[in-house]
Amino acid sequence: MELLLDSLFNGVAIGSVLLVAALGLAIVFGLMGVINLAHGELMMLGAYTTYVTQLIFKLPILKPFYNSYILVSIFLAFIVSGVVGILLEKTIIRKLYGSPLETLLATWGVSLILQQFVRSVPLAYGTGLVISLIIGLFLPTTFPSKVKESINFKYFKFSTWIFAALTGVLTGSVISSNVSKLSRASARNVDVTAPSWMRGQVEILGTAFPKTRLMIILITLISVIVITLFLNQSAWGMRIRAVTQNRQMSDCLGISTEKVDIITFGIGSGLAGVAGVAVSLLGSVGPNVGGNYIVGCFMVVVLGGVGNLLGTVFASFGIGIMTDLIGAGRLLSIWPDMPLPLSNTINFFATTSMARVMIFALIVIFLQFKPTGLFPQKGRMVEN
Amino acid sequence: MENLLEIKSLNTYYGESHILRDVDLNVKSGEMVCLIGRNGVGKTTLLKSLIGLLKQKKGDIYLIGENINRKAPHLRARKGMAYVPQGREIIPYLSVEENLMLGMESLPGGLSNNKKIDPFIYDLFPILKDFLQRKGGDLSGGQQQQLAIARALLGKPQLLLLDEPTEGIQPNIVLDIENAINQIIRDTGIGVLLVEQHLHFVRQANRYYAMQRGGIVASGNTSELSQAVIDKFLSV
Repeated sequence: MELLLDSLFNGVAIGSVLLVAALGLAIVFGLMGVINLAHGELMMLGAYTTYVTQLIFKLPILKPFYNSYILVSIFLAFIVSGVVGILLEKTIIRKLYGSPLETLLATWGVSLILQQFVRSVPLAYGTGLVISLIIGLFLPTTFPSKVKESINFKYFKFSTWIFAALTGVLTGSVISSNVSKLSRASARNVDVTAPSWMRGQVEILGTAFPKTRLMIILITLISVIVITLFLNQSAWGMRIRAVTQNRQMSDCLGISTEKVDIITFGIGSGLAGVAGVAVSLLGSVGPNVGGNYIVGCFMVVVLGGVGNLLGTVFASFGIGIMTDLIGAGRLLSIWPDMPLPLSNTINFFATTSMARVMIFALIVIFLQFKPTGLFPQKGRMVEN
Repeated sequence: MENLLEIKSLNTYYGESHILRDVDLNVKSGEMVCLIGRNGVGKTTLLKSLIGLLKQKKGDIYLIGENINRKAPHLRARKGMAYVPQGREIIPYLSVEENLMLGMESLPGGLSNNKKIDPFIYDLFPILKDFLQRKGGDLSGGQQQQLAIARALLGKPQLLLLDEPTEGIQPNIVLDIENAINQIIRDTGIGVLLVEQHLHFVRQANRYYAMQRGGIVASGNTSELSQAVIDKFLSV
C-alpha cells in the first residue's frame, strides 16, 4: 500500500511538471497549430524570472516579504513569458501562419537567441528590457478610446516607447547596482532556493511527501482549472475556440482574429513561464533547461490528442507514472523474485535517461496504432 | 433612396488570374437582389470580396455611404454586413448555442455584452431550439444552413450576403429558408444579396444581376426575367 502510494505520488509529481509545461503547448500547438520550438526557452525565462525575483526579494526593503516571493514570481513569470511570447507572435509567427516548416525553423532560431541572451546579457539589464517591453506593449492599450482613435495615436505610442525604454534602463541600472549577482553576465547554472515554508516534508498515511512537489502539483491543478474555465466559460475563450476551428469564418462574424492570436499566444507562453517556476523548484536553472522539457511536451500533446486539453492531462500523468515505474525500477520491488533476464532488463532501463528512451519508444509504437492520440475528436465533422 | 451597398468597377484577382472585371452593383434597404450566372463566373468571389476575405485590386465598395475598401472582415461585420458562405462554415466543435452566440459578436459591445439569444430566430427556425446543446458540426446540411442564417441574423445586419443557401438541401427545408428570408426582409427592412440557382427562389427577388466571365452582363427586375435570360444564365 505504502509502496503503491509512494509510486503513484512520484508519478503524479513527474506528471504534473510535464502537464504544466505541456499545457501552454497544448494551447499554442494544439489549438493554434503553431509549432513553437522556443516554448522550452519561454519556460527557461520563467525559471530565470523566479531566480531574479528571489534575489530582488532579498533586498532590505522587500526582505520582510521574502517568504512570499515564490507566489509573486508565479505571477511575474506568467507576465514575462507571456510578453515575450506576444512579441514573438507579433514579429515572427504572424507572418508565417500556414507555413509550419518555416515556423519551426524561425522559432528554433529564436530559441537559440534566447539561450544566448541569458548567457551573455547581465540579468539586471535583461529584467530592464522585459520591463520596457511590458510597458511599451501594454500602456497604449489602457489609453481612453478617444486617444486611440485620434490620428496622432502613433505619436502617443512613440512617446510610450521612449518612456518604456527609459524606465527599463533605469530599473536595469538600479537592480544592477544593488544586486551584485545580477550585474554580470554568466553562463553558469543558478539555483533557486525554496522559501522556508516550502522546505521539508508532509507526512500523509505514513508516506513522506516533499513540500516542493506538493506545491508543483498545486500550481498545476490551479493552472488546469483556470485555463479550462477560461476556455469554456469566458467570451474570450469562445472567441479563441472559434478562431482555432475556423479562422476565416470567425473573422467574418466580427471576431478580431489578430487580438485572439495575441491573447491565445500570450496565455500559452505565460503558462510556459509558470512551468518555468515549477522547474526552478526541482533543480538548478540554466540556459538549456527548456531543451530538457520541449520534446516531452510535444510528446504529451500528441499522445493526448492534438487540441484536446483533457487528453493532455491524461497523457502527462500517464507518462509521469510510467517514468516512475520504469525509471525507479519499481517493478522489481513489486515482484522481487522475477527471473534473472527480466530483472536485468528492468535494471537496464532503471535510469532517468533510459526510462525516457523506453517511454518515447512506447509512445511511438502507440501512435502507430492510434495516430490521433488517446482522445481523438469524434463526430460527423471528423469524416469530412 | 441611398444605396445600402454600392460597388464601383470592382476588380479582383486570384494570384495572376483576373476573376472580377469592373463589377458595378448596388443593393437598397428592404430589397432582395439576386446574382445569377453559371458555375465559375465569379459569384462567390464577388461575395468574398464584399465581406473582405479577398482584397480587390481596383474599385470601391461603399456600405451605408462609407468606403470600406481597406476594412478587415470583422470590421465590415461590425458595420452591418453578415455573410452566409457556401459551405455554411459552422464552427464544428462549438455547440449550436455557442455558434448562435458568435453571431452576436458583431453587435455593439460584442459577445461580452450580448449573451441573450433573441428568440425570434426560434420562430424562423424552430429546429434550432431542440439542438442547442448539440455540436454544430454534427447537424445535417440543412440544419447547418438554418443555423448559419440564424447566426448571421443575430448580428442585426443591414445587409445579408447569402451564397447558394439552398444548394444540396431537401425541398421542404428550402421552403423554410425562403420563407424565413422573405419574412426577415418584411420585418426588418434589411437588404439581401443572394447567389442562387433555384429559379423558384430567384423569382422572389426584386432585382437580378447576371454574371458572365467575371462581369455583369445583364440586370433588371426579376418580374421581367425572360426565358432567354434564364436559359442563358441559369442552366441546371
